[in-house]
Amino acid sequence: MLAQIETLPVNTPDVDWAGLLPLAILGVGAVVLVMFRSVVKRLPADIETQVVTLVGPITVLGMWVAGGYAGENVPLASVRDDVGEPAFYIGLLVVMGVAALLVRTMQIGLDAAVTAGVGLSAISAVWALWDDRFTSTGPFNAIGDQFGVDGFSLVITGVIASAVVLVAFLLDDYLRREELDGPEMYVLMLLSAAGGVVMAGANDLIVLFLGLETLSIAVYVMAAMHVRRSESQEAGLKYFVLGAFSSAFLLYGIAMVYGATGSTNLIDIRIFLDSVVLVDDGLLMAGFALLLVGLGFKVAAAPFHSWTPDVYQGAPTPVVAFMASAVKAAGFAALVRVFVVTFGGYSSDWQPAVYALALLTLVVGSVLAVVQRDAKRMLAYSSISHAGFILVGVQASSPEGTASVVFYAVAYTFLVIGSFGVLTVVSGRGDRATSLDDLDGLAARRPALALAFTIFLLAQAGVPLTTGFVAKFEVIGAAVEARSYWLAIAAMVTAVVSAFLYLRIVLSMYMGTAAENPADDGSRIHPAAALAIGVALVITLGFGIVPGPIDELARDAVPHLVAAG
Amino acid sequence: MHALIAASSGATFPVLTALVVTPILGAVVLLLMPASRPEHFKQVAFLISAVVGAMSAWVMFEFETGAAASFQFVDRADWIEGLGISWALGIDGISLWLVVLTGALFPLAIVAINAEHTPKAYFSWILVLEAGCMGVFLALDLFAFFVFFEIVLVPMYFLIAQWGHGDRAYAATKFFLYTMFGSAFMLVGILATAFLTAAETGNALTFDLVEIAESQALATTTARWIFLSFALAFAVKVPLFPVHTWLPDAHTNAPTAGSVILAGVMLKLGTYGFLRFGIYLFPEAAVYFAPLMLTLGTIGILYGAIAATMQRDLKRLVAYSSVAHLGFIIIGTFALNTEGIEGGILQMVNHGVSTGALFLLVGMLYERRHTRQISELGGLQKPAPIFAAVFMVVMLSSIGLPGLNGFVGEFLTLIGAFAAHRWWAVVAASGVVIAALYLLWAYQRVFHGPAEGENATMKDLTLSEGLVMLPFLAAIVFMGVYPKPVLERMEPAVDALIAHVEANVDGFHEAEADELHPIELDDLEHLESDDADHGEGE
Repeated sequence: MLAQIETLPVNTPDVDWAGLLPLAILGVGAVVLVMFRSVVKRLPADIETQVVTLVGPITVLGMWVAGGYAGENVPLASVRDDVGEPAFYIGLLVVMGVAALLVRTMQIGLDAAVTAGVGLSAISAVWALWDDRFTSTGPFNAIGDQFGVDGFSLVITGVIASAVVLVAFLLDDYLRREELDGPEMYVLMLLSAAGGVVMAGANDLIVLFLGLETLSIAVYVMAAMHVRRSESQEAGLKYFVLGAFSSAFLLYGIAMVYGATGSTNLIDIRIFLDSVVLVDDGLLMAGFALLLVGLGFKVAAAPFHSWTPDVYQGAPTPVVAFMASAVKAAGFAALVRVFVVTFGGYSSDWQPAVYALALLTLVVGSVLAVVQRDAKRMLAYSSISHAGFILVGVQASSPEGTASVVFYAVAYTFLVIGSFGVLTVVSGRGDRATSLDDLDGLAARRPALALAFTIFLLAQAGVPLTTGFVAKFEVIGAAVEARSYWLAIAAMVTAVVSAFLYLRIVLSMYMGTAAENPADDGSRIHPAAALAIGVALVITLGFGIVPGPIDELARDAVPHLVAAG
Repeated sequence: MHALIAASSGATFPVLTALVVTPILGAVVLLLMPASRPEHFKQVAFLISAVVGAMSAWVMFEFETGAAASFQFVDRADWIEGLGISWALGIDGISLWLVVLTGALFPLAIVAINAEHTPKAYFSWILVLEAGCMGVFLALDLFAFFVFFEIVLVPMYFLIAQWGHGDRAYAATKFFLYTMFGSAFMLVGILATAFLTAAETGNALTFDLVEIAESQALATTTARWIFLSFALAFAVKVPLFPVHTWLPDAHTNAPTAGSVILAGVMLKLGTYGFLRFGIYLFPEAAVYFAPLMLTLGTIGILYGAIAATMQRDLKRLVAYSSVAHLGFIIIGTFALNTEGIEGGILQMVNHGVSTGALFLLVGMLYERRHTRQISELGGLQKPAPIFAAVFMVVMLSSIGLPGLNGFVGEFLTLIGAFAAHRWWAVVAASGVVIAALYLLWAYQRVFHGPAEGENATMKDLTLSEGLVMLPFLAAIVFMGVYPKPVLERMEPAVDALIAHVEANVDGFHEAEADELHPIELDDLEHLESDDADHGEGE
């Protein structure tokens, strides 16, 4: 007996730290930031400026180290080999100097600078992982078989980290304007992003649930963060109550699937479903339904969308940008991983449900948006209709469909951050001035901002030469390839209905005669916010005209379940 | 397909790409120019559009007339490799004249009219519009075509919404949504064409027009459905009855340059689409649906003409006359014979010239009198004789007076339609009579009679305005008297299109007009022999 016990293997999973690096950077970044800020509450202004300036070069170093740790063949390393070490390190110093200057001209706060630096380091790690590990050896598992690193999870991680960087730039000026400054928002955002990364790579339903809760709870608090706005409190509470409710659905669904298949691990489930024919699959079907409800809530699919307009309208505008980009991307990543990849063999069972969900989401998102008078609320409905479009890609349940989901997620992230970035600027002190009347005459007051907003809105409407159009093109292509013609046509028709709403916003900006607006003091746009909007704009137009690179990225971003070997 | 492309001329300068890109670069230049010197915007915009016009003229002269029906000056580059999408531009006899028309009309529209406000944005949008229109006529890739087809909405939307008159927000939104609604179906149709063709042929996914059209891999029913999705988009753009209702609103409320371009170039995007993407891609479906299209075209002719007669607003009258004219183009196109299609293309150019000129004249009238109500105008012939004379010539061209350009086009479309589908042509011909009625009646009310009040002191055409009108008048007379250079350049392409239809549709033969006999003896003999020999013909 005793001998038998001794031979029992100690069940510790293999951990591939490099594969976990993006997640670790985000998580550790959050912890370090909150610890540092709990020790040093407030620095004297002049010292803070110096410290912030240092963050620039430190970020460059962080990106260099993160990239070097995650993979060997990072582009930078090959540059080093080409130009020789001395020249390379001098160049690195120059870049660090430029970064310091850049941070200085951006007039950014310490917390935002650190957050952006953490996000950029995470992106660098993702890039290195993609370039080295993933392309040479293919997808692999990072912690036992619990967390997968594949093209799909890497791209979604990159999307989430990009959202962190851009939203940090938006938050900086916003928090100062609303007199809410402090590290809390940034810490929560980094934590939430870490949760999103876990969701994107989760190979186990329990890990997925962990990621989802980390992501969600942080966002609940972020939504309620504007202490002087009752709408913000209401949004936080509403989001929390409904979100907790949907988490229960998800958990119940996980339990059902466990009951039906005997495992919560996606790889085991897939192997089980491939090898065993279930005589009575009622339990599994119930699990599908409950999982779909739980994840449908996160991505704001109708009929689980009812929280969206209120929460989007009430929550601080930069937080909405984060919710609509990172949270949605993580939600869709989980949806693809669980349904398309794991339950792919049962697609004929869940496809009709997703079909109906997509159709309903498209109709609700576009039709109900038409009667709104508030731009934030309009964009909330429009985000519902975009979720419908992505569901069309999920419904295809094909490589084409998954690629289109990835493309849409990448494109929409920058679109929506740009859109809410503009709203952040124009909403004015108190974050209230977002009705159509407030936007009246924006083109006369702030022509560049109005032009940027117009481009974002037209891109959301699916006008060509923007990423928004190519995203729709790919999704509809996937639907057509899967022979879902009517869904494709319905999606395009609802896009026309949505276009009406975007045109209403454009019209009020350009046709309006209001030369002044009490909420808009006409002050200069903060450079950090301008940078965030500018980056989003360049990506929206640039990859709209030359969509090839993102298209290739999306095609390579295939989700994989790697069986532990 | 490669043989077709290889036959293109050996021009090394990518002139077609330049035709599309130059206006966009021009728009960027305008945006970067300092706002402090507003008078320069118009000059720069004119210069750029003139360069584009010169390039299109160069293409016209370099175009090989006798060459086989292939695309010339082809530019080709990968755009999105993963989806088989390429930047493919080419020109043949069908698109040549529309490109020339676009190249010529834009500089004239720019030079003729001053922006009412914010000239920088105004001229930038016009240049973007020119790039989009050029792209539609040149695209040989379904994706590229759709991109250009859609992108023209944005500049036109802003032109109407910001520089229009009256209920411009309503008109602009209606225009945008109507057209986008049609395109929504076409996008699904384009994707279905590409994916299903790739599935049927087993080749890699491609959006190349020639490759898809030559493979003809789609099943008959599928092709018919997809043709309908294309047809809806084009019908909205043309516009065909009953999806024409955006047109009068857009025209009436648009600024003059917007109306000129809308009527002159943008309406042709739809009729050109029918030729290049409807009939060429889906010949069987085009033959199958030809009666439907002919019926809609004929209804458009009659409805547009009758509605035009009822109008009190001169600009709205011209707008409805467009609906009628476009009906002629449609019946010519769907006659599916050489006369009909050539007449249709010629009529596209004619309509661009004469209706563009009419909108310019109405715009000049509005600048002087600040009204377009026919009832408030009258007797203008006395104070403005030259204006009246120019208006008369343009109007007669629009009516289709022999010797002017309108006649040749209308006559050819009617002959073509008569040979193919007699009764539609008979009904449609009555549209010519009603056109004479409403235009002459309008002319009589506006220019004849006693001039009272402000009408008596109206300024005549200035020298610069006259210089703008001169090219229009020259084109009207030249194409009316000597249309051969125009027709002979389009003939090989039209013949090839018809041969393509005949080759791919069982039992379809071109109904040739020169086989018509005056009293149709064939038919009589046929009737007599019908009882004796029942199963003779098909």
